[in-house]
Amino acid sequence: MVIEMIFNGSVHKYGDNVNTDVIIPARYLNTSEEKELAAHCMEDIDADFSARVKPGDIIVAGKNFGCGSSREHAPLAIKASGISCVIAESFARIFYRNCINIGLPILECPDCFKIQNADMLKIETDSGKITIQGTEEVLSALPFPDFIEQIIRSGGLLNKNVL
Amino acid sequence: MHSMTITQKILAFKAGLEYTVPGQLIEIPLDLVMGNDITAPLAVNEFHKAGFEKVSIPDKTVFVMDHFVPNKDIKSAENAAQIRRFSAEQKIDNFFDVGTAGIEHALLPEKGLVTAGDAVIGADSHTCTYGALGAFSTGVGSTDLAFSMATGKLWFKVPSAIKVILTGRLSKYVCGKDVILHLIGILGVEGATYKSLEFSGDGVSSLSMDDRFTIANMAVECGAKNGIFPVDNKTLEYISEHAPGKDCKVFEADCNAEYDSEITIDLSALKPTVAFPHLPSNTRTFDEIDDDIQINQVIIGSCTNGRLEDMKAAAEILRGKKVNKNTRTIIIPATQEVFLESVKQGLTEIFINAGAVFSLPTCGPCLGGHMGVLAAGERAVSTTNRNFIGRMGHRESEVYLASPAVAAASAIAGRLCSPEDLR
Repeated sequence: MVIEMIFNGSVHKYGDNVNTDVIIPARYLNTSEEKELAAHCMEDIDADFSARVKPGDIIVAGKNFGCGSSREHAPLAIKASGISCVIAESFARIFYRNCINIGLPILECPDCFKIQNADMLKIETDSGKITIQGTEEVLSALPFPDFIEQIIRSGGLLNKNVL
Repeated sequence: MHSMTITQKILAFKAGLEYTVPGQLIEIPLDLVMGNDITAPLAVNEFHKAGFEKVSIPDKTVFVMDHFVPNKDIKSAENAAQIRRFSAEQKIDNFFDVGTAGIEHALLPEKGLVTAGDAVIGADSHTCTYGALGAFSTGVGSTDLAFSMATGKLWFKVPSAIKVILTGRLSKYVCGKDVILHLIGILGVEGATYKSLEFSGDGVSSLSMDDRFTIANMAVECGAKNGIFPVDNKTLEYISEHAPGKDCKVFEADCNAEYDSEITIDLSALKPTVAFPHLPSNTRTFDEIDDDIQINQVIIGSCTNGRLEDMKAAAEILRGKKVNKNTRTIIIPATQEVFLESVKQGLTEIFINAGAVFSLPTCGPCLGGHMGVLAAGERAVSTTNRNFIGRMGHRESEVYLASPAVAAASAIAGRLCSPEDLR
């Protein structure tokens, strides 16, 4: 399986330190059923998220996105919500690994604070080009190391023989 | 010869390399891999989905049922049952269930499953706790756990490090929790992201093992990949008591090892410290707190502060006193062993006489799971490790992170209170 690496979508914008407890509260961790997780994604900081989100939408956030617990339920909830890509100024370590491992595309972009809620973006992950449609402003994401790009392209860690 | 930190040396040794450098990608064999009743089911599903049949390292795989046990609902029961079956099929002896289990990060060291020089991963972010024993130990997700169960290995990016130099000795009513909250207050919640926290300095020897477990445990709260202590006589005594006969390998940082930065903390200058909602880095000492903050619930327990010393610190404050009638006080020993010792040493009697409830080992309330969930508008002082929005219950509840001594004093006062101010 090869993941499509160009995304077009509308932005859901958040601040710094969006942690895994708000991405998917622990009260829902008695299941790993993706649709059920998606139904409660972000609900403690954005009650309407699951009702509003459309397939292909993009999450944009500040620093340290995904900090906190190691629950893989968090990126799974985001992915099952239909989010195509998460862009943040920086990511917490375990969350970053989990996204790569489950094949949820993420991009680190120090300038992504320029992106506004509900902006339409075009993302080309090969070049790391993020275009804010309408303004045609172009931001650059940091490129993935080759090794990590291979895991993403394979659709996750267990689809690839690493190293 | 390349100079290395403790972590870089352990990783080089495990990878069979002469040296490692920050940023290098390596794959290493693991000494122990761990999952719990929340993360292991997802790992087992991924393991099967990828077509694996056999766990390649059943003797190095550990499952601990600790988060939602004794099972709080049917779904949690199904999750535990799945891991119970999988452990039997795969001949995983280190399956810890109700009766033998306790909170994983207190349990594994106590059972002698981790020793100095080990490389350990756990599908739980607080797996960094075992750095207190001089092990490289870090949290990962369920897919990483599945991969490592199947292959016995995992890939890592070699981290750079922040050197934390500890000097002096802690004062009365100040403990490991205050040290790590103080450090997180300095670094911020992402100040050590991707890095090791390497502790050193003449202050280390004065810290008990329980203090070191608490400090290493919360390394992840400033983003660190791991937190690690040098091995000294206290470490070796702990290991020989809990893991007699087990090989351990002691690694020391080179004296010219390179660090991204250095932070010096004078332990004798530290005061009881509290992390205000909603970040562990939002720290204050009591001289910086003017408000009268009424407290509805106190939790003393967790992988951070549920060990015997924590129970003793709480008992010292609560002895002969009563908790405030408006403050529900829940004390949770982290393991069966801590529970039994608390009974033997008369701590349980002190707690019950004070009007606290003394409960069975579980992670429950720390993550708003069960056994102490907060309602809207309620405030808790908790010896746990996170105070994010909704962490312990309703999104309009608040968690103040503190030491067992501060938590016990607050239980008596009914408001956020330092042990020194308790009248």
